[in-house]
Amino acid sequence: MARFVLNVDGERREVEADADMPLLYALRNDLGLKGPKFGCGLAQCGACTVIIDGAATRSCVIPISALEGAAIRTLDGLGTPERPHPVQAAFIAEEAAQCGYCTNGWIMTAVAGLERNPNPTEREIREMLAGLKCRCGTHMAILRAVRRAARELSAAVPRGEAPREDVAVDEERSA
Amino acid sequence: MSRHDSTMRSSPPRSRLDRRTFLKGGAGLLFTLGSAGGLSILPVRRAGAQSAWPGARNIDPVRLDTWIAVAESGDVTAFFGKMDMGQGVDTAIAQVVAEELDVDVERVEVVMGDTHLTPNQGGASGSSGCRQGAIPLRNAAAEARRVFVERASERLGVPAERLRTRAGSVYVADDPHTRVTYGELIAEGFERELDWNGQYGNGLLVEGEAGRKAPAEYRVVGTSVPRKDIPGKVLATTEFCHHVTLPGMLHARAVRPPVANAVPVAVDERSVAHISGVRVVHVGDFVAVVAEHEWHAIRAARELAVTWSETEPPFPGMERLHAHIRTAPAVADNSAWNFGPRRPYDPQPTLDAIATSAAVLEAEYELPFQSHARMAPSIGVADVRDGEALVFSDTQKPHNTRDGIAKLLGMPPERVRVIWKPGPGSYGRSDADEAAFEAAVLSREVGRPVRVQWMRDEGHAWDPKAPAAVITCKAGLDASGKLTAWYFRAKGFSGWDVAFNASDPKDTLVGQLLGWPKGDAHNFGVPGGSYAFPNAVKFWETIAPLQERASPLRCAHMRAPQEPQLHFAQECFIDEVAARTGVDPIELRLSYLTNEREIAVLRAVRDLSGWETRPSPRGAVATGEVATGRGVAIYSGFGAYVATVCEVEVDRRSGRIWAKRFFVAHDCGLVINPKGLVATIEGNVVQGVSRTFEEVRFDERAVRSVDWATYPILDVMDAPESIEVVTINRPELPPGGAGEPAHVTIPAAIGNAVFDATGVRLRRLPLRLG
Repeated sequence: MARFVLNVDGERREVEADADMPLLYALRNDLGLKGPKFGCGLAQCGACTVIIDGAATRSCVIPISALEGAAIRTLDGLGTPERPHPVQAAFIAEEAAQCGYCTNGWIMTAVAGLERNPNPTEREIREMLAGLKCRCGTHMAILRAVRRAARELSAAVPRGEAPREDVAVDEERSA
Repeated sequence: MSRHDSTMRSSPPRSRLDRRTFLKGGAGLLFTLGSAGGLSILPVRRAGAQSAWPGARNIDPVRLDTWIAVAESGDVTAFFGKMDMGQGVDTAIAQVVAEELDVDVERVEVVMGDTHLTPNQGGASGSSGCRQGAIPLRNAAAEARRVFVERASERLGVPAERLRTRAGSVYVADDPHTRVTYGELIAEGFERELDWNGQYGNGLLVEGEAGRKAPAEYRVVGTSVPRKDIPGKVLATTEFCHHVTLPGMLHARAVRPPVANAVPVAVDERSVAHISGVRVVHVGDFVAVVAEHEWHAIRAARELAVTWSETEPPFPGMERLHAHIRTAPAVADNSAWNFGPRRPYDPQPTLDAIATSAAVLEAEYELPFQSHARMAPSIGVADVRDGEALVFSDTQKPHNTRDGIAKLLGMPPERVRVIWKPGPGSYGRSDADEAAFEAAVLSREVGRPVRVQWMRDEGHAWDPKAPAAVITCKAGLDASGKLTAWYFRAKGFSGWDVAFNASDPKDTLVGQLLGWPKGDAHNFGVPGGSYAFPNAVKFWETIAPLQERASPLRCAHMRAPQEPQLHFAQECFIDEVAARTGVDPIELRLSYLTNEREIAVLRAVRDLSGWETRPSPRGAVATGEVATGRGVAIYSGFGAYVATVCEVEVDRRSGRIWAKRFFVAHDCGLVINPKGLVATIEGNVVQGVSRTFEEVRFDERAVRSVDWATYPILDVMDAPESIEVVTINRPELPPGGAGEPAHVTIPAAIGNAVFDATGVRLRRLPLRLG
């Protein structure tokens, strides 16, 4: 076990762990966060998704030792009941959850996706979310929520002026 | 209904529930208002106490305060013996209580699924959350309102007929300023007896003296009150079962055999000695590791060296599955007891009528094993000590789980407390109970609280499965194309190989590994519905399980148990008759249906979908890459009537089937929350689309679909373009079910649409072209 320093939701957090322990277990057990969830441990379902340096990332497989200096954002730090993030507000308005276990993954993936492309087409929305699992079959409401969030965000950020600081990461991932 | 004699009237006044902090009976339960505004319940053990929960509520169903508690603040707590699996049942219950009690719905908290707080209403079961579960709450709320009016009449010196209720107050009809709040009236205590029908479970019913509101007076019921659970799930404040931690809690992982029926012969604990804080537990044929840190438990379970017994591989392999079902001897059929009267049957008259018919149609439909494949695999936390057990589970039926764990541990049930916490949706007898039982065993063994989290491969490979089957349909036709006889035989594995609740360890994996002999209950089912087919026979037969004990292919209830399988066969075969006789599929159904509500939803979906009346298939209209078609299917059950039309696109080159558009007409009696109902129907449809393309993969030795790559479910890229729903509200009728009915129609509607598009009749799930 060694000590690792993480930057989670803008706060410096220290965690004692094996170097190969995936980030998810630190977030869940050591930091007590409720957003990222264990669904598969195989990066297949997205329930554990966090945003690392602007990119939606499956925290159940990325080792804690690989995250020094990285900015980690979680659902827990995204918004508050008084000031929910626009994507959260849209999920609440559309009641886009059944059991709610997968909701973390859809929201965090949509947040990262809409930061890159705040004005997506229907196909781009689906591609942005592809691969995420929802066993309850909430897809229709989730799509309505992401469309609603996209409308809100694109109204707030005129086309062509979206924050693009994560372009390098994006290109790296798509390479 | 009988009034139960009781001496409760002489008991001291009930405690008053204060919503912010309430310590009941001096110890045991601490209620606090959670940060999301929800009531969270933290059981607190009293140091040195004989019992962990001396202040447990008296939850005798005859007591009004078993169901409803009102605080001096006016806040209301409803104690609900079912629980929400993600369809917003708790919100509907809050609406029903608010309606009959005349309080604001925002002031009603619904406490669910704690065996020491809530009555046993059978848990989540059979789409009964509103259909059956809401009725006692409605009656209790109406009675509570009556009590308040009675007391207000005494307090104000005004006859009850002149009093009205609104928003938690009783006021004088012609002098609204003369009023008294429920909070003021509750100070006198809240004792009242209800008539109880003596049943527990889904059938539990209580009634007071109060009449009920006329539907025309409803203000809250019938409106789309926002679901109470959504903000917490979206804002990451909901405490799921997975978040439960207890002081000193250890993390555990089980170790499963590489061949399904192998048992551990030797366990080499030295193989994990290098991982800190790990302890190996080997009891009966159950092997697990526990550790201080979750990651260490995961590593240890991977690295533990276990010698497994050499066994004969138990399975035929999936390519021989349906041949096995055809040839295996039937060990039970529906002339045996099956949740009701025996249904003896004689296929011979039907076969005779078919033999003399002008034309005969025959088809066999093949159904696979399917996995619940929950969003997360099983989770459970248990603390077993001092002759008591505290268990956290997302089970659908905590009262049954309490009974089963009590048997497992050899404790009286009242010494076991099971607290339900939200989990990753459960749609039947999934793996939800398994980890709780394993945690109880492990906590007993190590003397510490233990959290068991199954891994993904366990959730897919070792959960109870929906049963595979072969369904045989035969129809006789006369020269004019009219049906002369109808034969329906379902033959498959028993849906009760694992019982539909965990009230006995024999119905859990760990119970069987510890030597509890597996049960021998048999059930499959036949389609219901009102088709008046002449000379009809419908029957089922079940065959022995492939592996007698602790099988990864043991079968149990999965959403609308066996109904999707049965209605895939029936509703597709009706379309085969329609195609043979050149009749429109809806017209053919209408000519045989006799139930007015079935007819009404079928007509409604015909209108909603803009259905073109013509026979299927549509013929070679299009010659492009994409063929389109539409199909219909109906279902009645769980107190609901559903008709569904699906429009598909079939890619002629790749064979991809896209279930593109759905139209659903749904009648489940009184609609309590329209938006919630539509969302529930959408979920039924989408999960139904997924199941249309799912199957468990296995070979001779083991289940091989062990994750989302090998057991794919519907991806958002393949989700429908649209689902249009029309609900038929019948406020004069009680609420019916919504959690399962629409789901049943989906595989058949898609299969019929593929036939309409391509002329190819697919008789096997998962649907696959080419």
